[in-house]
Amino acid sequence: MFFIGIFGFITRKNMIAILISLELVLNAVEINFAAFNRFLYPHQLEGMFFTLFGIAITAAETAVALAIIINAYRSVGNININNLNKMKN
Amino acid sequence: MEYSLFILIAPFFLFLVLGLLGMKMQPKVAGIIGTAGMGLCAICAYAVAYQYFFQTGKAGEEWQQLIPVNFEWLRFTEYLHIDLGILLDPISVMMLAVITTVSLMVHIYSLGYMHGETGFQRYYALLSLFSFSMLGLVVATNIFQMYIFWELVGVSSYSLIGFYYTKPSAVSASKKAFIVTRFADLGFLIGILILSYYTKTFDFGTLTANHAELVTNSFAGGTFMGLSLATWALALIFMGGAGKSAMFPLHIWLPDAMEGPTPVSALIHAATMVVAGVFLVARLFPVYFFAAPDVLTLIAYVGTFTALFAAIIAITQTDIKRVLAFSTISQIAYMMVALGVSDYGGHDGLGYMASMFHLFTHAFFKALLFLGAGSVIHAVHSNEMSQMGNLRKYMPVTNITFAIACLAIAGIPPFSGFFSKDEILAAAFHNHPLIFWTLWAVAGLTAFYMWRLYYCIFWNGNKTYSEHHKPHESPWTMAVPLIILAVFSVFSGLIPFAGFISSDNMPFHTHIDWLVASLSIGIGVTGIAVATVLYLRKSNRPAEIAQSLGGLYRAALHKFYLDEIWMWFTQTVIFKYICMPIAWFDRHIIDGAMNGLAWTTQKSADSVKGLQSGQVQFYAWVFVAGSVLIAVLVLFL
Repeated sequence: MFFIGIFGFITRKNMIAILISLELVLNAVEINFAAFNRFLYPHQLEGMFFTLFGIAITAAETAVALAIIINAYRSVGNININNLNKMKN
Repeated sequence: MEYSLFILIAPFFLFLVLGLLGMKMQPKVAGIIGTAGMGLCAICAYAVAYQYFFQTGKAGEEWQQLIPVNFEWLRFTEYLHIDLGILLDPISVMMLAVITTVSLMVHIYSLGYMHGETGFQRYYALLSLFSFSMLGLVVATNIFQMYIFWELVGVSSYSLIGFYYTKPSAVSASKKAFIVTRFADLGFLIGILILSYYTKTFDFGTLTANHAELVTNSFAGGTFMGLSLATWALALIFMGGAGKSAMFPLHIWLPDAMEGPTPVSALIHAATMVVAGVFLVARLFPVYFFAAPDVLTLIAYVGTFTALFAAIIAITQTDIKRVLAFSTISQIAYMMVALGVSDYGGHDGLGYMASMFHLFTHAFFKALLFLGAGSVIHAVHSNEMSQMGNLRKYMPVTNITFAIACLAIAGIPPFSGFFSKDEILAAAFHNHPLIFWTLWAVAGLTAFYMWRLYYCIFWNGNKTYSEHHKPHESPWTMAVPLIILAVFSVFSGLIPFAGFISSDNMPFHTHIDWLVASLSIGIGVTGIAVATVLYLRKSNRPAEIAQSLGGLYRAALHKFYLDEIWMWFTQTVIFKYICMPIAWFDRHIIDGAMNGLAWTTQKSADSVKGLQSGQVQFYAWVFVAGSVLIAVLVLFL
């Protein structure tokens, strides 16, 4: 799942798809936290808390990313990542 | 005698005032200020000379060295430091009097000669600068101070030769003078450095004390290429002197230096600056005599050759100032020879005394000759002999004074040149027959070319001048210095010089050696007689003689092609084989290394520039690939 996310992040040109791929990566990491916490330290909850914390950050990050995408759409007219080269030139 | 410092300060102050404020003054005011300042300076110098020679100079029988002013200027090591100060001894006091006198005469003379020239104020400022540097040179307490002022006279000479800076020939002459003397000064500097490295002092008093003991001891044993280091050091110092004093083969700048205004030639290139080399050797005479007698022999032979060589060229020249220039070279060579053949102490040191004596008399009569020539040029507006003739009717004062100077330089008694030249010949007579007979012949040549010059200017046919270009006697500002200098030229030979100046500072007595004197008078009269026969009236005989001499005459007319040889030497040898490889090395190796470094950096930057695309996805890809690679490496290796 992590590598599916990475693959998506690298290959997709649509910004929404990239965002979704990023979510996949983060979710994969969080599942890992939860699962490893269960196997390695069954009597402690740090992994679980970390996962909850991660979900909150992910939500915030998604909101920011969507806002950026909407603004990019307004100024460029589409959401293809290759067209976002205004600041380079 | 602290007031001797005023002699130095006054001209320097004048230089500053005239140099900075001159343009705001009327030319006439600037000229009068400069002349008056120089007059004060001269009075002061006479006072110093009187007080030194008649009151305070003697310690018992011996002339002592007085140092009224001396302060430390720059300290290098515990022993080595450069001082600035004033050293009074017989030769420096004598030089003070000569320089200020001639300088004052030139200042007065220039009021008339330079009247109406643009840059009149600049001219006076530079004259003051020159006087300051020359006076500083002769009173230097140590060899480094002398070197500093030595360069200063070089600079002021450069700017005065190039005074007419709109004239290309003057500009190139000034450059030539500066570069040639600068080249010689390189030797001087190296000589000073070697000398001071071993002796740990610059001071003249210390160097020459006790028969130059310090130099002889501190150089013990050091040799380089078969000659002792002391010999090398002193020979290099002599090279500086030879450059300034226009000894063969470094004489080429002096004839060209005649491009400057004529009074400048009289002051700098006849009476004062060009004898600086003689003065230098005289100042270090004990060092030369005891530490490097070989160099003295070298000086004697270089001088003899130069005297003969310059006299031969002087015969053929037609520009009156060039004749005088070559005559100057020849006479300075006389002084050098006298130093070269001199022994140390008492009557054996006759050559030393004779050299200073000739320097003294020569300064007056040569300055007079130049000023007279300037007066003629002022009247005729040309330097060429062919434009002159028959001027005695138009310019009586110049005629008489010029004739006196010619008699003096030809060595006819009782004029001053006779006494000094006779001493030089007497000094060479006993031990150096070859040098003696050469100098004797040169004395004849001297008489001949000077009288040739005189007849060509003032007699020689009935040349007529057109009505509105009629030559006229010069104004009194120019005539008065001529008369004063003529008086000096007549009587300065009667001074009993040996009582004042000698190699070991002990007065002695000289007597005229009548054998030598009659020989020298004989050749002088012969020279004059030949000149009279050939040039008193216009005739074809000189041209016929020149014709029969053929190649020799042409070679002498072209100054034995020395200029061309130097040109070839600098162009072909120095530029082509030394400068070009150095330039190539600089351009290709040094610059090449720098350029190569820049090129490599740029190319490597270009090649990695493409990776900085701004594509985050590409970065992520590389990052992931790298992490995987590292993970694989860590796991499986």
